[in-house]
Amino acid sequence: MRIRARRTRSPAFEPVAGNGLLDRRILLRSGIALAGSLTATSLARAEPLADDPWSLVQGTTTAPLEPRSRFEKNVKRTLTNPNGGPRTQHARAPLHLLQGTVTPNELHFTIVHNGSPDIDPARHRLVIHGMVRQPLVFTLDKLARYPLTTRMAFVECAGNSAPMFSNEPIQATIQALHGLVSNAEWTGVPLSILLDEAGIDRKAKWVIAEGADTGTLNRSIPLGKCMDDALLALYQNGERIMSGNGYPMRLLLPGFEGNMNVKWLRRLLVTDQPAMTYFESRNYSPLLPDGKAYKFYFINEVKSFITHPSFGHALEGPGYYDISGLAYSGTGRIAKVMVSADAGKSWAQAALQEPRLPMAFTRFRMPWRWDGGPVILQSRAWDEAGNCQPLRAEFVALRGQAQTVPKVTAFTNQHYNSITSWSIDSEGEVKHVYA
Amino acid sequence: MSMPRPLVPALVALAINVTPLAAADAPRLGAPISEADIGAWNITVFPDGTGLPPGSGTATAGAIVYADKGCAACHGENAAGGANGGLVGNPPLDRIEARKTIANFWANATTLFDIIRRWMPWPSPRTLSNDEVYSLTAYILALNKIIGEGDVMNAQTLPKVKMPNRDNFIIRFPDRI
Repeated sequence: MRIRARRTRSPAFEPVAGNGLLDRRILLRSGIALAGSLTATSLARAEPLADDPWSLVQGTTTAPLEPRSRFEKNVKRTLTNPNGGPRTQHARAPLHLLQGTVTPNELHFTIVHNGSPDIDPARHRLVIHGMVRQPLVFTLDKLARYPLTTRMAFVECAGNSAPMFSNEPIQATIQALHGLVSNAEWTGVPLSILLDEAGIDRKAKWVIAEGADTGTLNRSIPLGKCMDDALLALYQNGERIMSGNGYPMRLLLPGFEGNMNVKWLRRLLVTDQPAMTYFESRNYSPLLPDGKAYKFYFINEVKSFITHPSFGHALEGPGYYDISGLAYSGTGRIAKVMVSADAGKSWAQAALQEPRLPMAFTRFRMPWRWDGGPVILQSRAWDEAGNCQPLRAEFVALRGQAQTVPKVTAFTNQHYNSITSWSIDSEGEVKHVYA
Repeated sequence: MSMPRPLVPALVALAINVTPLAAADAPRLGAPISEADIGAWNITVFPDGTGLPPGSGTATAGAIVYADKGCAACHGENAAGGANGGLVGNPPLDRIEARKTIANFWANATTLFDIIRRWMPWPSPRTLSNDEVYSLTAYILALNKIIGEGDVMNAQTLPKVKMPNRDNFIIRFPDRI
């Protein structure tokens, strides 16, 4: 972890904020120094060592696709529609069981409305037409010859964190509360190159992107975004895009709501007006408390949550813990994350794992010495554009909350980016609270 | 909560006016195609009616299509709801979790034609004739009392249908459009 610190001063091992939050700069010190400074000497002596059974027999044979350890079987996505009934299928990422910032491809969240199409990449076509000088068709082979660009980016469903609109905190894991966001390295062709090749009419303002799935899902995207940092993504974490994430190509609009990052992309219609498609007219126009609604929300605003510890974890006793979580913003890099262990009465600055990239996950960490008493953990993020994650009271004042407790899988409303609070009791049990 | 500030709005404007030189340097491997040859894919319908095909339909004809195509299997008898969402209803938008319906929420009648044509009937989309799509659109709009029972829906009349909630939307980030 690269954190600039003044080396002339020894970091304080005394708490810098309430309930045992420590100076983030101690994470710079070697593990030995850290352990020596923080662990009590009352731990029971370890047993003498002997070879374990797995060290004495031939191991498993290497397979073409590397399997996960059988001890990691619970690290998987949760499904809302496992039998593929005639409705949307959601797969939520187990963010409470992952570390770092990359979401492995098999664990990346997906929302699929008609199943994933079985696209033959040799026959797939992308067409650009409408208000262009010359309509063009691209094959995957031809696109692979363009200069490819690689970047990290989170993709988040606008309905992620919808359980947080409940009027009472729903007891559920990070996977259930915030599992409709993931972060990957995407490689593809900058969309601006392809749009320039077709020759955009100066009066054009919008691009209607459409998929090759059964429902030909389509969304209207401002031309400015398409020409700025949009990517026609062909690879996900180094391999071809996974089937449920849009194989063989998807639109990547860094920081924009997931549904606009059209998967199985087959058509870009350049126009001077939005199409007001089903999804932008209904699902992704969030209803406000006064009965009006936002339209063209697009941006996933700055957000963070603590993944470790979180609901479903248990602390085994007082002592040192590494609090960590994820922060991200649709408007740039994460600039700062503050952590509180006393429900927001006092805050300490978290260490940010480098590299911090725009519109991508940043992992934050906070050293913590738990004294065994009840605490409430929170995180709050700022981005480099100066946007700040709203406190829950601020958020609810503007956006409201449900009048009853919805099902945890319900999409009560969209674009929640306020704070998540975890209470930990003296038994070490983690619960979801509003604070 | 403040408006999220964009980081570099000026760059967006600059990027749109790319120089011809940059375009000339690109690989230029796209194959030319005519709009006519794209026609089978070009099914986008716009609020002003752009993209609506020839044809027409009424609620009476739509009720027959609704029954023939088995729409009730998901959407229920009289589109009142079943295994999947109902298509009628006008509950008040008095809470943030209120059910958004065609009558109480949708801003454009053209959206209904577009989603029926591109997505229905499950699981065999794009098998309806234009008349069948116009008829189903008329049937659903009439059930919601947005048009009359005898009103004919076609490329001229559909864009003129006034949806009750059309003026209740606020553009979230005008500077991003």
